[in-house]
Amino acid sequence: MTDAQFATVSAVAPTVAAVQGVAKSAPKMAARDLDFFYNGFHALKNVNFEIAEKRVTALIGPSGCGKSTLLRVFNRIYSIYPKLEAKGEVLLDGENILDPGYSLNRLRSKVGMVFQKPVPFPMSIYDNIAYGIRHHEKLSKSEMDVRVEQALTQGALWGEVKDKLKQSALGLSGGQQQRLCIARAIALRPEVILLDEPTSALDPIATGKIEQLVAELKDHFTIAIVTHNMQQAARCSDFTAFMYLGELVEFGDTETLFTKPAKKQTEDYITGRFG
Amino acid sequence: MSTTSDKLYHNRRIKNALALFLSGAAALFGLFWLVWILWTTLRTGISAMKPGLFTQMTPPPGSDGGLANALFGSLVMSVVAILIGAPIGIAAGTYLAEFARKKPIGEAIRFVNDILLSAPSIVLGLFVYTLVVHTTGHFSGWAGSLALALIVLPVVVRTTDEMLQLVPSTMREAALSLGVPQWKVTLQVLYRSALPGIVTGILLALARISGETAPLLFTALNNQYWTADMAQPMASVPVVIFQYAMSPYDSWHALAWAGAFVVTVFVLLMSLLSRAILLRNKASHD
Repeated sequence: MTDAQFATVSAVAPTVAAVQGVAKSAPKMAARDLDFFYNGFHALKNVNFEIAEKRVTALIGPSGCGKSTLLRVFNRIYSIYPKLEAKGEVLLDGENILDPGYSLNRLRSKVGMVFQKPVPFPMSIYDNIAYGIRHHEKLSKSEMDVRVEQALTQGALWGEVKDKLKQSALGLSGGQQQRLCIARAIALRPEVILLDEPTSALDPIATGKIEQLVAELKDHFTIAIVTHNMQQAARCSDFTAFMYLGELVEFGDTETLFTKPAKKQTEDYITGRFG
Repeated sequence: MSTTSDKLYHNRRIKNALALFLSGAAALFGLFWLVWILWTTLRTGISAMKPGLFTQMTPPPGSDGGLANALFGSLVMSVVAILIGAPIGIAAGTYLAEFARKKPIGEAIRFVNDILLSAPSIVLGLFVYTLVVHTTGHFSGWAGSLALALIVLPVVVRTTDEMLQLVPSTMREAALSLGVPQWKVTLQVLYRSALPGIVTGILLALARISGETAPLLFTALNNQYWTADMAQPMASVPVVIFQYAMSPYDSWHALAWAGAFVVTVFVLLMSLLSRAILLRNKASHD
């Protein structure tokens, strides 16, 4: 419990003291008094939340509670749709990424994202990985080969695909496709990886591989994962936030939240009484 | 002994048989005419086929000839029409699907495009007549191509728009999440995904214009002689079919049938090709 002197953060009455208590060092990313509106609908209500560096932070809660919405603010992917609006501050290393002056290009090269359904691009396995790198860096063929191998190795996929790099990525299985998507995000050497229910479309074996991968990746990356699966949050995260109806109800280290929840709502949810 | 449920089941089976019979009969009725038209075209067309069809010019009444100038004219004008209409259509469709989705301006353009899509082709011909033929003072292959391009345009806009909209939004999100700007994502990722559909749209537009008569009647007009000069009036298969089928000469009738046969086979090939492209793409996605 030394590195996690966690105070629970209540969105109902957030206090500066509560937020400050979350991590010893400054958090990698943080949301401060964040509100989010879908075409006028108030989807996130005054959320204060932090993602600790090189740790796994899980977001749980029933469908529609706003956990994916919160995750999608962290790389501003929501901004490709009209009529969505985020108010408040989201900090990355202390800089407000919601500031219109903050370059989206820069933000997204630092904060990668993996989605619920695997979405390989309609190109070869090699090109799927190389695509993002080519945009950000000028590499020679041999340097690129090394980068692609590194990314696929980190994504725990290299062994399965090394002999068919030129084949279409669409021919991979669902689990392999999702690891490819993780490798594609890793390939840019981001600092933060956002995982939006990355295993909800996968079978238990593929899910197990992804969870193992997440555990390995946290040595190098800061990870935030949205999940429907409470066991998954308990298994692979260091910190967990419970959200309900757009509010962050409770936030603390995973063990405490699952064993001694401070709020009645959290307890009801994790014991299966609702949601 | 029959129970209520037996009776209900019996009634339902009778209704089912009746509905099946009626829908089957309707399908047969529709197919009957279609097969008849195709059969007549193929039977009469094949018997009118001859080697000279592709080498000789359209003849004056009573003498021997072929459709070489008309086939060439149709081919050139159709290809030029695709070259004009398809790039503009793809660009406009991309704008609608990627940059103006759910915006009032996008909806307005889509609505106008739908009107253009269902506009009678003779109206497009008249438009080009006023715009080009009237101002230049003579009929020309260019005018014909332009009229055909106006038919290609809305078809390609529509298919490009629809095919890009079919690309799952998660693909966009995944590509944009890599920090790649939207125009690059569109060109390098979304087009790849939508390409088979867009190509199919272009092929179907080509099939459509290869049989269009009305827009060519007063733009390209017709030409009895061989010309590769698009500033001159140009012959085309549909207009020759129209002219020859109305004539009282048997030899012209035969040529009209041969032309109809060639156009029908061409349209069939385009449809098969577009189907093959779509099927191959579907197979690689499964």
